[in-house]
Amino acid sequence: MDATGTIFPVDPHWPGTGSSRIPFWAYTRDDLYKRELERLFYANHWCYIGLEVEVPEPGDFKRTVVGERSVIMTRTADGEIHVVENVCAHRGMRFCREKRGNSKDLLCPYHQWNYDLKGNLTGVPFRRGVKQGGKVNGGMPADFKPEDHGLTKLKVARRGGVVFASFDHSIEPFEAFLGPTILAYFDRVFDGRKLELLGYRRQRIPGNWKLMQENIKDPYHPGLLHTWFSTFGLWRADNQSELKMDAHLRHAAMISTRGQGGKVTEVTSGIDSFKEAMKVNDPRLLDIVHEPWWGKPTAVMTTIFPSVIIQQQVNSVSTRHIQPNGHGSFDFVWTHFGFADDDPEMKQRRLIQANLFGPAGFVSADDGEVIEWSQEGFEQKPSHRTLVEMGGTDTTDSDHMVTETLIRGMYAYWRKVMGE
Amino acid sequence: MLDFQSYSELLDLYSSYAGVVDSSDWEKWPEFFLDDGTYRLQPRENFDAGLPLCLLALESKAMIRDRVFGVKETMYHDPYYQRHVVGTPRVLSVKTTDRGEEIEAEANYIVFRTKREGVTEVFNAGRYRDAIVRTTEGLKFRSRLCVYDSEMIPNSLIYPI
Repeated sequence: MDATGTIFPVDPHWPGTGSSRIPFWAYTRDDLYKRELERLFYANHWCYIGLEVEVPEPGDFKRTVVGERSVIMTRTADGEIHVVENVCAHRGMRFCREKRGNSKDLLCPYHQWNYDLKGNLTGVPFRRGVKQGGKVNGGMPADFKPEDHGLTKLKVARRGGVVFASFDHSIEPFEAFLGPTILAYFDRVFDGRKLELLGYRRQRIPGNWKLMQENIKDPYHPGLLHTWFSTFGLWRADNQSELKMDAHLRHAAMISTRGQGGKVTEVTSGIDSFKEAMKVNDPRLLDIVHEPWWGKPTAVMTTIFPSVIIQQQVNSVSTRHIQPNGHGSFDFVWTHFGFADDDPEMKQRRLIQANLFGPAGFVSADDGEVIEWSQEGFEQKPSHRTLVEMGGTDTTDSDHMVTETLIRGMYAYWRKVMGE
Repeated sequence: MLDFQSYSELLDLYSSYAGVVDSSDWEKWPEFFLDDGTYRLQPRENFDAGLPLCLLALESKAMIRDRVFGVKETMYHDPYYQRHVVGTPRVLSVKTTDRGEEIEAEANYIVFRTKREGVTEVFNAGRYRDAIVRTTEGLKFRSRLCVYDSEMIPNSLIYPI
């Protein structure tokens, strides 16, 4: 492609029908990014909102985003959860400024328009005008109907203590959206047990949001980039593993069972990141205790397209929320949790293993860095393309991890939805 | 309250710590801690809400040494300089424990980050909340908790704060 001499192509086309060579311009174009927001985040896809345990009491709220649109999750007195857009029906103000709190209603301070926790408009100051000198001044027109001017309400899906929402009220049920294969891995973590919130970590990654989905659909890199995974056998090419997708190829699960680690073998010899003699000084960093709900796999990383990743890496569990802001940046919000029936030792174990993950994690810090460097390469010459052909060019499930099939699957779906 | 000599030692501890973490001489960093000393770096939103999760929770000097190994040997990252500016420590309490004198103190800090070919940026702003004990080798941290306001980490955080 470089041979054409055009570095910044105008109205480029994706050559051929495959999905193994992704044009750099898929990551650099603002027009495509806006179309992604419209077609992936604002229609036809359930997006991650949060955990029910973040709003346990009536009146609790949490502010978050769907794509770039600010939304508020609320809990009403009847125990229901609602998600409304954080834009006042009057003059369009993003009125909710706190990240979380408890309130009996939602108030826009500018002109004091008031909404209940479901987003219904309940109060408009001076709606019927102000009496002065024997006449009534102002007021809303006689045909003004508050019920027509609530906050934009999203459709809400709750499953296993997790909340998803969609601006698109005609969307298929959440279970159909995931499909049976991915739903089973979702339910493996969220099987109805009460969750315990452990806390948040946030990072702003200067790269296209799709790169994070790709990162967790890419089993080729963890045993190479991440010393901790290869050296301690947590994730590497000779681990027993499976890669599975939904029927649309948009969601995926990477399923792996921890191997021995330590030994030099075909998959570690000559690898820069592998440290055969490495030992941890404090063994609590790798004090892994098998939990019955895992079954055989020791790690399952589930990508739910487009907005969230569900992490189970040994005893560390989290949701990782993708919050895009422009074609070249996204915020990545980690919500770590445990289960209400964890004993104190298990809770502490989850907190210590969390050192492997997040923006400073022994493992995950590298992922943010390589995404930043990828985006720099794409911006440098948008006419070029990546080469995602490890394991072939097909988009089928796999019983090993020496393949980039899940990334190819995601782009096969992306091309269809985006019309590219 | 602390006598002048002890306060001077406290100032020396804070400035020496900043000197080490800005110097890339990471091997010296664990030596500021007791063997069972802890280092925690926590976003303020978790601290304020009583949520236990930290960005880093290093529960012993041995675990702090594991972090040093990670920084030096295992984490691929953009190299950068960092520069700490630490405010004057405020002594909250001095009490006698079975380990001897223990000082509870806090200080504001700002860390600037400068990448190769980059401009200097404010990287992390927060407050140290410390428990410090006197040993035969001088003052050491029983615990250092860095509660940071900069909840949105600019991509990644590698070096110690």
